[in-house]
Amino acid sequence: MNTQAIGGMPEITYNFAYLDEQTKRMIRRAILKAIAIPGYQVPFAAREMPMPYGWGTGGVQVTAAVLGRDDVLKVIDQGADDTTNAVAIRGFFEKTAGVATTTSTTEATIIQTRHRVPETALGENQILVYQVPIPEPLRFLEPRETETRQLHALAEYGLMHVKLYEDIARHGHIATTYAYPVEVAGRYVMDPSPIPKFDNPKLDDCPALQLFGAGREKRIYAIPPHTKVRSLDFEDHPFRVQKFAKPCALCAATGVYLDEVILDDRGGRMFVCSDTDYCNTRQEAGHRGEMGVPAESASSDVMPGLNPGIHAVPPGHPVQGVDGRVKSGHDGVPVESGREGDAS
Amino acid sequence: MYVAAKGGEKAIRNAHALLAKRRRGNRNLPSIGLDQIAQQLTLAVDRVMAEGSLYDVELAALAVKQARGDLIEAIFLIRAFRTTLPRFGYAKPLDTAGMQVRRRVSATYKDLPGGQLLGPTFDYTHRLLDTSLGQGGVGGEGHEGHAPATQPETSVEAEPMPRVTDLLGREGLIEGAPEDDGTEPFDLTRAPVSFPVDRSTRLQALARGDEGYLLALGYSTQRGYARSHPFVGEIRFGDVEVIFEAPELGFELSLGTVQITECQTVNQFKGSATTPPQFTRGYGLVFGQCERKAMSMALVERALRWQELGEEPGAPAQDEEFVLSHCDNVQATGFVEHLKLPHYVDFQAELDLVRRMRAEHEEERREAGLKEAAE
Repeated sequence: MNTQAIGGMPEITYNFAYLDEQTKRMIRRAILKAIAIPGYQVPFAAREMPMPYGWGTGGVQVTAAVLGRDDVLKVIDQGADDTTNAVAIRGFFEKTAGVATTTSTTEATIIQTRHRVPETALGENQILVYQVPIPEPLRFLEPRETETRQLHALAEYGLMHVKLYEDIARHGHIATTYAYPVEVAGRYVMDPSPIPKFDNPKLDDCPALQLFGAGREKRIYAIPPHTKVRSLDFEDHPFRVQKFAKPCALCAATGVYLDEVILDDRGGRMFVCSDTDYCNTRQEAGHRGEMGVPAESASSDVMPGLNPGIHAVPPGHPVQGVDGRVKSGHDGVPVESGREGDAS
Repeated sequence: MYVAAKGGEKAIRNAHALLAKRRRGNRNLPSIGLDQIAQQLTLAVDRVMAEGSLYDVELAALAVKQARGDLIEAIFLIRAFRTTLPRFGYAKPLDTAGMQVRRRVSATYKDLPGGQLLGPTFDYTHRLLDTSLGQGGVGGEGHEGHAPATQPETSVEAEPMPRVTDLLGREGLIEGAPEDDGTEPFDLTRAPVSFPVDRSTRLQALARGDEGYLLALGYSTQRGYARSHPFVGEIRFGDVEVIFEAPELGFELSLGTVQITECQTVNQFKGSATTPPQFTRGYGLVFGQCERKAMSMALVERALRWQELGEEPGAPAQDEEFVLSHCDNVQATGFVEHLKLPHYVDFQAELDLVRRMRAEHEEERREAGLKEAAE
């Protein structure tokens, strides 16, 4: 950081990607250690960032540490590039690092995400950076860090299995639908961050490097490329992912994670892709869902400053396009699939 | 519709423009100067410096202004700036016995060397709203003729003011202050904390901890949750010199003075097999004049020492991991407020599960009903 006196107050300028090089070095060392011990939570000296704790400071620090001038950055929150916090973080790196940004999953070299893994398969030249609120998968079973560190050291994960078993005994299901625990490389049980368990299978044998940053809790962990990642389950209760009964209303995609959008106060709702880039790409390729908009009118509603366009649905347009009512009820409700999503 | 309302850069820009407008308020009124904030909202500025862990009056005043008076937001601004500053080294320990004292009270002695000095305090004021402060004209505070009839503020320099704990220490009645073994202190802003921590790390965390949180925890120790029979041995507030020894130069130099509040409590200790009965200490040290915080810190600090003093554990204020993990208001406010970020992906997953479980529940009830009817 440099200061230069202008008027009464010093002008403040910051290093490339905000963090000073010594701090980046410290973070890179933590990342290397995390890669060397897949799934292990490496403590690191997280800095106070100019955005609130809990809003992605861990992910931002990891991204800042691995970001180079030639990188192309994509930032998503809830799968979408246009959610406010994703916009704010992307703007932060545009401002402090001046790197190219994109909304395209395939063009990006670094993707910072909150709560989703992109639907498009990642490649070996990509890094996926997850924002993590609570890195400790055992935290809600044992609040003390001193205890949980010991449990990890001993690979004593009985607590977690008991919890999952109790879910089944009580509800007939494992009641964990997101932040579903995984075992990495046959050793550490890890919190995949609050992604829906739908995304868990994508972590397994992924060609991209996956880095997880928790700023407030000062932890970094990693899944190196092509690492075995298994969602915890039981022989008689295998891991299953959510499956939606209907395809995306805009691009007709199936086998993807959908957002439920409430259309009115009479039960009308639609299901659309949570991954906006995936949905846009499909629409551009000519795929149309039951409420899809013709290509010409869709392009007119592109968010300013974003390229390619974010799928902003014209207000009221698709609703009235289908008799002003969207069919709702049980056919819209997602159902649990069989084994097809099983990670193992 | 909602998909379109997800946000976007324009919405954020507009929100920030609106914030700037609201911050400025009515443009027919003059903008507040940083000197006005620093001079007239001194205690707000002090709190921002203390919990922001950065002693800079002007920047703290700027932060208060920029944050529209939201002190936790101002603390956050200061912290985010502080974290970018390089470290040159460690100052020598502050000599609070050599403080230029502006206020000093002891609750354990009626009189003592250096005397009691009330200084600028709200204590003993009648909390009656003073409407004259709201008047700008003749007779009001803004008028030049309106000056409180007091002696000019003086600091007592003539007589030395030994710390009460030092006086007790001469008789061996109170535990000694820990020796400075010369090792560099742990810096919790530069390294991750791992529990259990040493006393200096605890004190660091408490010194930048939230005033309200420490107040509540300190209060709880007075109400029986880890009672430690505290007396305020002394509270002192004033200016101390910061001395830095630059290795390249080979001599000490003064970097200037900072204002701090120090509180030392004198607490009961029954003694053990190896230690005769003696008083123990709780310690609080805060930038600026923040007495409430310094006292609360001393109470909590003392409660956290239960293990080394062989006391019964079990109260919230004694739980090191709990107390220290939650005392930072910048961390706390960030994580609490992140709940307003979108969570609809996870919520969708929960919706799905609840709907499915409700459908199964309905099914089971219907089957049970059919069975009953058949019997």
